[in-house]
Amino acid sequence: MTKPLLQLKDVVLKVNRNTPEEITILNKLNLTINAGDFITVLGSNGAGKSTLFNAIGGDLSIDSGQILLNGKDIAHESVEKRTRFLARVFQDPKLGTAPRMTVAENLLLAERRGQRRGLLPRGLNHHMAHYKELTATMHNGLDDRLTTATGNLSGGQRQALSFLMATLKRPEILLLDEHTAALDPRTGQDLMHLTNERVSQDKLTCLMITHHMEDALTYGNRLIVLHHGKVTYDVAGADKQALTSEKLYSFFAEIE
Amino acid sequence: MSLAVSAIGQGLLWAVLGVGLFLTFRILDFADMTVEGTFPLGAATAVAAIANGMNPLLATLLAFVIGALAGLITGLLYTKGHIPILLAGILVMTACYSVNLRIMGRANVSLLGKSTLFKNHFLASLPQYFDSVVLGTLIMVIITTIVIYFLQTELGQGFIATGDNQTMARSLGINTDNMKIMGLMVSNGLIAFGGALVAQNNGYADVNMGIGIIVIALASIIIGEVAFGDLTLNQRLVAVTLGSILYRFVLLLVLKLGFSANDLNLISAIILALCMMLPVFKNVLNFKHLVKRGLDTND
Repeated sequence: MTKPLLQLKDVVLKVNRNTPEEITILNKLNLTINAGDFITVLGSNGAGKSTLFNAIGGDLSIDSGQILLNGKDIAHESVEKRTRFLARVFQDPKLGTAPRMTVAENLLLAERRGQRRGLLPRGLNHHMAHYKELTATMHNGLDDRLTTATGNLSGGQRQALSFLMATLKRPEILLLDEHTAALDPRTGQDLMHLTNERVSQDKLTCLMITHHMEDALTYGNRLIVLHHGKVTYDVAGADKQALTSEKLYSFFAEIE
Repeated sequence: MSLAVSAIGQGLLWAVLGVGLFLTFRILDFADMTVEGTFPLGAATAVAAIANGMNPLLATLLAFVIGALAGLITGLLYTKGHIPILLAGILVMTACYSVNLRIMGRANVSLLGKSTLFKNHFLASLPQYFDSVVLGTLIMVIITTIVIYFLQTELGQGFIATGDNQTMARSLGINTDNMKIMGLMVSNGLIAFGGALVAQNNGYADVNMGIGIIVIALASIIIGEVAFGDLTLNQRLVAVTLGSILYRFVLLLVLKLGFSANDLNLISAIILALCMMLPVFKNVLNFKHLVKRGLDTND
């Protein structure tokens, strides 16, 4: 379980390169993610949390350093190529699903994440029974709306679907970018429970950005804090369990 | 009677354009101006090839290939060159004008005395105008079937997802640039194919025959949607052909009202604008809504 899955070594990422407005977002960031880690990521606005995800996902290219997956440098692979091992859920429910396609069609798209798509018929009907079962585990009525266009779903249903899509084909790494933040508190908590259930059941390696300190403490086996583009705090296991929100608050007060 | 048959025949031949444009306008969700150049490009290619002795069927297929190449250029300018799609389309459309003149050697080339797709024993034996009805039906059945099949494949679903939500498509490993390029190629291939058909039906190709093509192709899409309402994707593709036929009847009516053929571009634009504004009118004129607003003071 302690095998490093993903390693970020001295990762530097700047925006507005070669202009007077150049800003260093990730500043020699080092992070080793072990297989099976469920890491909650805290940090104030502008600390580089989303940028870290975009660097791992390939949306932003890094200026220097290495990103190693199982020891192989993937820093120059395209976004599409990285989806073979990586799945993401975005904060905005609209970003994770195709609005004019049905729930089942969206799931089918996710089933082939990172794989070649050819000219074979999609075979949607073979999957319907499975999708019915799968969506029923969300307990939010998604299973009755398999043939509904996702644009007509509620935000909570859409986000639950996004999460299902991200985990349908087991990703080596799952990135959750405040995926419950846009939902009402109750729906958000429901999805959070489901997330925790699925991540521990499937032993997924997962990074989750959150602004809820309680969630960061409750969930996961490891907690990191990002500050000025570096990992400034990193606790795991028993140390994390011993952590309280008071201690975290005082830590934040210190670094600010 | 023969006028109606002629309208149906013309509607079927021009429907190829509607299906071609549907791929970009409705699925990828942008307006591709290239079609104004690829329609005469297809016509010019086919006519020049036939004039040089090529088999009409091969010449029509060649038009598809050349149109697809023009679409490829628009696609590369748009995805790799980061030129906005509207401008990328206009650039290729403008370039096509010169290319078309080069291909034909002059502004207008006739097919008089040459063989065309319409000149075979079977089609020639039919009553007047039935040739385009028969050939048009055959072509539209084949093209619509292929497009419907394609959209239900794994690749086709990735293509639809690209137009629907690019961020999601990318996060599922779909190469959205390639999808857009592919869509532009097939779309413009079909438009050029349509140009080749229309040129053979008319008996000539003209360098100016592309003007207003995007409006005509849009008209068949929009009229089909307005006339048949809520449909599945597959049904919508069939509705494009019916919309194209309806559009021809509208034009027929307009001519009967005493307008000249020179007014058709103006009238086409007005019809299309009205159809596209229909949802707005419906909202403004929604009686239930007005009553509700009158009664509900809190609103």
